[in-house]
Amino acid sequence: MNMLEQNLGRKTMSASPGLWRRRSRLQRVTATLLPLLRRPGFSLALLVVVFSLVAAIAPHLLSSFDPYATSPVDKLRAPNLIHWFGTDELGRDLYTRVVFGSSLSVLSAFLAVGIALLGGLGLGILSGFAGGRVDAVIMRFVDVLLALPGLLLALAIVTAIGFGTVPVAIAVGIGIVPGFARTTRAEVLRVKTLPYVEAARLGGASWGRTLLRHILPNAWGPVAVLATLDFGAAILATAGLSFLGFGAAPPAAEWGTLIANGRHFLITAPWVSLLPGLFLVAVVFSLNHIARTFEETQR
Amino acid sequence: MSRYLIGRVGQALLVLWGAYSITYFILYLLPGDTLSIMLSASGMEADSLSVEDLAKARAYYGLDKGLFEQYFDLLLGALRGDFGQSLSLNRPVADLLAERLPQTLSLAGLAIVLSLLGGIGLAYLTAYLRWQPLKKTLARLPSLGFSVPVFWMGLLLIQVFAFGLGWFPATGSKGVESLVLPAITLAIPSAAVYAQVLQRSFQGVWRESYIATAYAKGLSRGQVQARHGFKNAALPILTLIGLQVGNTVSGAVLVETIFARSGIGRLAQEAVLRQDIPVVLAIVSVSAAAFVLVNLLVDLLYPWFDPRITHTPKVS
Repeated sequence: MNMLEQNLGRKTMSASPGLWRRRSRLQRVTATLLPLLRRPGFSLALLVVVFSLVAAIAPHLLSSFDPYATSPVDKLRAPNLIHWFGTDELGRDLYTRVVFGSSLSVLSAFLAVGIALLGGLGLGILSGFAGGRVDAVIMRFVDVLLALPGLLLALAIVTAIGFGTVPVAIAVGIGIVPGFARTTRAEVLRVKTLPYVEAARLGGASWGRTLLRHILPNAWGPVAVLATLDFGAAILATAGLSFLGFGAAPPAAEWGTLIANGRHFLITAPWVSLLPGLFLVAVVFSLNHIARTFEETQR
Repeated sequence: MSRYLIGRVGQALLVLWGAYSITYFILYLLPGDTLSIMLSASGMEADSLSVEDLAKARAYYGLDKGLFEQYFDLLLGALRGDFGQSLSLNRPVADLLAERLPQTLSLAGLAIVLSLLGGIGLAYLTAYLRWQPLKKTLARLPSLGFSVPVFWMGLLLIQVFAFGLGWFPATGSKGVESLVLPAITLAIPSAAVYAQVLQRSFQGVWRESYIATAYAKGLSRGQVQARHGFKNAALPILTLIGLQVGNTVSGAVLVETIFARSGIGRLAQEAVLRQDIPVVLAIVSVSAAAFVLVNLLVDLLYPWFDPRITHTPKVS
């Protein structure tokens, strides 16, 4: 991507003699990212994810159609050069609907993972840090949550707090809290006993400072991988719930609702449900691929 | 051993009780107005009722009692197998469950068998192959497997095998043929998980020294993999089977909705759509019970599969 800049940067660095300096954060990030970007699979996956993020923030940039404009003349057209994904039963451009739908889907996935991160990190740090009885109680609670199948727990929560994009996101988020809590606890327990934590404590740092500056940054890696993985899982779960009919009310479109709507035209117009689904698969697969690549490089 | 058994069963019961309590809390205490949800589920408007009627309805649903009394009534009922009345269908929930359960059990059973066959087969093949490009492709396949939404896979299979080729019926719950497509759909995510874990554990096993010994004895590659590699690599699968029960139950909700099968999952979807609280509570508890039971069985079977593991008291 920025090969030229990178090469230039290296030259200027080697050209300037003098003291060794610690590399800046940006340099360290580019140094780890560049070899990854040279892998075609990783760049492609990143491109798909960036595309869906851009679609979520500024859908107007990616499509010139109006997602709600119906034109009965063009209904159920097969994919062609004007309508890339074809049109649905009301003649709306499906590609545009998918692009505009990503704002709801990506937003709810962010909300779900945010809840899971907050709750999971909180519970995990508390139980890994406090130990003893607190740890035992929290972990039993997590065990119980793990025994409830994810989708059914989400269904119960949706029954209680109602339908819609935000309730579904909350329900999915609560469903993935236990996994985060476990991973965070395991990492905190691992890092807590390392020499540099003792050194920091002996150096006079308070527990809060030790936690924020020494333990969290080092326990963060596996949790970040899990967050990327669960971002994909959250997209799948919210899509599943909105497929079942508990998501956004029409005419707003989430990816799951788009697939669900297309079901009725499966014989005559299979693309109406299959193409939005293919896009969803591409996004989730890319997220999984990115998470796996990070996991491999961390080892 | 018996001490371990009692402890493990006790723990399972405790988890089950916790799962029931959490679900009860979510369904009965989280909504601002449980009564109006229940009334609308049974087809009445809370606003149109007089104060006396509301009080009567409250007493009818048992909402007028104290919090703990309500909870213990429900819990004792559930222990006796009585999950109350469905609000929208006006039938005992236990009857509904008993009626729908065989459908889901056969679907889930077939799906678990298929996922084991598919997952283990794929990983076995990946470990056996030596042509790198194909090996790499097969190693990537599992992560595609759990990136595909269950409901989309179902639609794709319907499109290809029911509408395109006409091999299987698209929907319905009659006969064995109607079971094939749903079971395959449900099996794919679990199969992907098994395949991924087994592929990794094969990678680890190939480096062990007993593999070198087996080769030195003069066994062929196929024999080494079957007798020495597979047995050691397959152990983690057993734990995973227990954990995948939850995913299978979750998937059943989606699969049964797509294929219009009348099982527990479909019942769950309908119950949530009508906000039929007792039915949702019963289904969640039953599936939690299935999860806990299968995991208990897996734990107890472990020493039988792997004699190195004994249930001596361990430090935790």
